[in-house]
Amino acid sequence: MERYEIIPHTADIGIKAYGKNLPELFKNAAYGMFEIIADLDGLKGSIKEPIEIKADNREELLVAWLGELLYHFYTKQIIFFDFDIEEIGDTALKAKAIGRHVGENRNRLKTEIKAVTYHELKVEQKEGNFVSTVIFDV
Amino acid sequence: MSDIWQGALEKIDGYRWRIPKSHKAGMRVDGIIYADEEMIKDIRRDKAAEQVANVAFLPGIVNASLAMPDIHWGFGFPIGGVAATDIENGGVISPGGVGYDINCGVRLIKTNLKEQDVKPKLKDLVYGLFNNVPAGVGSKGDIRIDEKEERQLLVEGAGWVVKKGYGKSEDLEYTEEKGAVKGANPDAVSDRAYERGKKQSGTLGSGNHFMEVQVIDQVYDEEAANIFGLESGRVTVMIHSGSRGLGYQICEDYTQGMIKCLQKYNINVPDRQLACAPVNSDEGQAYLGAMRCAANYAWANRQCLMFLARRVFETVFGMGPKDLGMDLIYDVAHNIAKIEKYVIDKKEKTLCVHRKGATRAFGPGHPDLPVKYKKIGQPVIIPGDMGRNSYLLVGTKKAEETFYSTCHGAGRMMSRSAAIKVGRGRSISAELEKKGIIVKSTGRETLAEEMPEAYKDVNKVVNIVHEAGISKRVCRMRPLGVIKG
Repeated sequence: MERYEIIPHTADIGIKAYGKNLPELFKNAAYGMFEIIADLDGLKGSIKEPIEIKADNREELLVAWLGELLYHFYTKQIIFFDFDIEEIGDTALKAKAIGRHVGENRNRLKTEIKAVTYHELKVEQKEGNFVSTVIFDV
Repeated sequence: MSDIWQGALEKIDGYRWRIPKSHKAGMRVDGIIYADEEMIKDIRRDKAAEQVANVAFLPGIVNASLAMPDIHWGFGFPIGGVAATDIENGGVISPGGVGYDINCGVRLIKTNLKEQDVKPKLKDLVYGLFNNVPAGVGSKGDIRIDEKEERQLLVEGAGWVVKKGYGKSEDLEYTEEKGAVKGANPDAVSDRAYERGKKQSGTLGSGNHFMEVQVIDQVYDEEAANIFGLESGRVTVMIHSGSRGLGYQICEDYTQGMIKCLQKYNINVPDRQLACAPVNSDEGQAYLGAMRCAANYAWANRQCLMFLARRVFETVFGMGPKDLGMDLIYDVAHNIAKIEKYVIDKKEKTLCVHRKGATRAFGPGHPDLPVKYKKIGQPVIIPGDMGRNSYLLVGTKKAEETFYSTCHGAGRMMSRSAAIKVGRGRSISAELEKKGIIVKSTGRETLAEEMPEAYKDVNKVVNIVHEAGISKRVCRMRPLGVIKG
């Protein structure tokens, strides 16, 4: 199963992420977002950023999760490429995001994602697997 | 995206199309799209028209959900959408109707230089701008301010940075709202938004943001051009940027918060990104106060960018400010919500006008115009793609039918991923250089994403707003040098 695919959108970029379960789906969606932001190939890192978020439902939890990572990327200048989802329900998530400082990796940066939108937001279960759709403002 | 939108589009006249209220249950008014026969085919190619219909659900919306010819698929609102709500009649404000990049906008600067003065030094100029104007993903500015100063900046906007030496007081006269809209409330801005905004004052940003050196290649209205001090062959500078991380975070905070308002105020909208609250509610007022902070931040930011551009010009040409004559023609927002008065059904109403990828275009005589422009109307600045043209237009009296709004650019036609695919194996910068345009960009894929083919032809977009009478062509510019994020 592929981790995610890009959805073409006229002005922006969306991703459809896949996962056998909810933790994998959230992990793949985050990976997909950071692959839009930067070239992650071969990136190794040691920073572990603890993340804890809450939302009203599973879909809004996904937006909050991606938004939280984006916030840490911009304010702490960390490119995340791996995600350890420790606990997840429909309304809360606890995780560690693993990444590396932008520093010397500035030339890896590709696209500025301004925000994670709620437009056409979906988290669905199809034949036992999870699929999510998210559109980013770039 | 390959699906063609099948909804009803009734032709009103040569330049207007109606999506009737009957298109779907819940629409409170019709949708009206400004386009010609050819453009409407492009518009049907994505989901923009459905979004025009979705915006018609907003409580208190008056006349129609409007769309300019450069519309394309956005999120919630289409990009190129205009919606005005009646505040006294439960009218709402929607952060999605402004967008993440609050007060994304453009400013146009005149110079005393001619094309032949700039051509021999064009590369020095473009590299000079590229080296001195911070751009790109997450770039930080040289202009650093502490928290107390940032709060002042959010209230005083461009005026605050002018006070600090980044410009002259005349610049403010030619900035929408004189560079600071009243009613900004720094207490309504989250800590996270402050944090994201603090490091980014005086940065260009990335994506479609740019600074461009251009030359006027056609004048349509001599009288207006004379008032602006512009003529064919003269060099201008255009800056396109917004409120950076501060604005994005404010939009995110309030969109999230207003999803809860949908239930609280019993509002039915077909897309969560249209989350909104009555203008006259605590949530609506808080958003307005925060949005205005971001708007003021953006005016300050473009003022700083102009300051950096002036400095580079002075160095490259070895000329003083007086000889260079880099006066601001105008600065106008194209992602904003404004409180404006209009006569609706013979009664004066106070409306909340959302312009999401649309430019305010006040007609001649409007009280908010600088004295110098009273006779000709408000300057409207329309950036095109980096290979074709940009325009300077003026507002008209007729634009009252669009709440004094017009287009904001060329409008994208091709997705970024499709553009990258088309651009594979090509050097966009070499292609542009052959046409005499020098382009420098920070992002690895920015040039491919932003290639001219990815956009509608701005000439056609401008033709529609001109023919529809909602703004009037003054002159056209052609790019010489562009820096991008």
